[in-house]
Amino acid sequence: MKKFVSLMLAAVLALSVMAGCSQKMSGNVATDGSTSMEKVIGALGEAFEAQNKNVTFTYNPTGSGSGIQAVLEGRCDIGLSSRDLKAEESAQGLTGTVLAYDGIAVIVNPDNPVSELDVDTIARIYTGEITNWKDVGGLDAEIVLIGREAGSGTRDGFESITGTADNCQYRQELTSTGDVITTVSQNPDAIGYASLASVKDTVRAVTVGGVAPTEDTVKNGSYVIQRPFVLVTKTDTPLSEPAQKFFDFAISPDAAELISNAGAVAAN
Amino acid sequence: MRSRKQLAETAIHGIFLMLGLVTVGCVLLITVYLVASGIPAIRQIGLAPFLLGDTWESTAAQPSYGILPFILTSVYGTAGAILFGVPVGFFAAVYLAKLAPPKVKAVAEAAVSLLAGVPSVVYGLVGMLVLVPGIRALFHVPDGASLLAAIIVLAIMILPSIIKVSITALEAVPQEYEDASLALGATPVETYFRVSVPAARSGIAAAVVLGVGRAIGEAMAVMMVSGNAANMPSLFESVRFLTTAVSSEMSYSSGLQRQALFSIALVLFLFIMLINAVLNFFLKRGKEG
Repeated sequence: MKKFVSLMLAAVLALSVMAGCSQKMSGNVATDGSTSMEKVIGALGEAFEAQNKNVTFTYNPTGSGSGIQAVLEGRCDIGLSSRDLKAEESAQGLTGTVLAYDGIAVIVNPDNPVSELDVDTIARIYTGEITNWKDVGGLDAEIVLIGREAGSGTRDGFESITGTADNCQYRQELTSTGDVITTVSQNPDAIGYASLASVKDTVRAVTVGGVAPTEDTVKNGSYVIQRPFVLVTKTDTPLSEPAQKFFDFAISPDAAELISNAGAVAAN
Repeated sequence: MRSRKQLAETAIHGIFLMLGLVTVGCVLLITVYLVASGIPAIRQIGLAPFLLGDTWESTAAQPSYGILPFILTSVYGTAGAILFGVPVGFFAAVYLAKLAPPKVKAVAEAAVSLLAGVPSVVYGLVGMLVLVPGIRALFHVPDGASLLAAIIVLAIMILPSIIKVSITALEAVPQEYEDASLALGATPVETYFRVSVPAARSGIAAAVVLGVGRAIGEAMAVMMVSGNAANMPSLFESVRFLTTAVSSEMSYSSGLQRQALFSIALVLFLFIMLINAVLNFFLKRGKEG
């Protein structure tokens, strides 16, 4: 009897070892960076965790600069940046892989009659050349410029695309997309910019050069105010096994639907 | 037996000493770290251009790091908060300490404690959703996020510290002083303002300084209502404080910009040290006097 029990136990143990083999890996994938990428990376992380039960996926929303710094210092596996790497960052041994594209919507209060602008007009509004809504077909009211803080990926994206870098006459510089949307929804004379994925019904996105910001127009390039979402890794240090698997998953065509559900446009 | 007791006593002394040193150690660590990380940028930028420069463009192609707008905004904002907050807090404290019926006093004191416990992000949120649109409508300015909004939020935030410390100071005035004044024919209100308040003046001064400290160090709430543009302070313009200058750019900063943010933190730290020194002066004088 005793022998039988111990045999059974041995069999169970052997099976459990094999079961262990079928669970391919366990571990931890740490990502850190852009707050604008929260929705996209959250959706990818959840799906990845569901496929790989023993892997823990973490995302630390700190900002593009912090995320790039974190990869460099080895504090995370993959950094998330909502702008292309600067030359000085690439020179420090980092590689950027474009995961998706994000349209930056120019938003106004729903009560504002202006619904169409072009890049040039937007640039002239933000540099303070046009200061009254009546000059662009709106009411006689001073335009209140809402933007993001210096160093923000969204601000960098917006200013570099509209050619207004360092010249924007912001009335308010807010530190999150949510704050921008709330402020614009509170002030009928305000204009702001935010990730297309974050735009809610409380504000209205204007068309730029006649093109409305949608997933299709961002993907085919006709909507011009857009920027890349970049996965940042070290060039000469290989990723850990789970991190590499996540990386491959994120840039695979399988992830495209998850990315588009999260409001961005997949690059692959 | 006796020696074992002594041993336990010594051990407890040691543990308490160590716990006390943790606090001192933290302060030293922060001081050393701030000075070490704040000095390089000041040396690179130059002390005068840093403290007296009136443009802050940290990410421009030709960056300039002048923090005079932040210093002036912090000073004006704090002064404004004191201007609004101190009279309200002072009279509330006199009323609660001397005049209020016990039931009113109990309710009001509970409310003041609750006000002290409201997280600053809540002050900021309410300010953003109520005060900012309110200022816009009331004063017919294009945007309500301004120095005035920050001053009002700060004035409300410093009320609890002013009221509580003032009450403590007023209640510590010996009963005999007031009795003597009343016996000489002074009315209660005359007594409170001519006898109790002067007797408690150093405590009340300490309350004001504590309020200044709280106002100058607040970041979250003012960040949400002040607009954060690096303008020279003006009542209805968007402004940036020393605290918000650090916190709004820290997350995305790099290089000299990041170092300059540490330098701003160092300047803020020196301001707070100064305020603490003033506070200690008043508290000490209160004890002696």
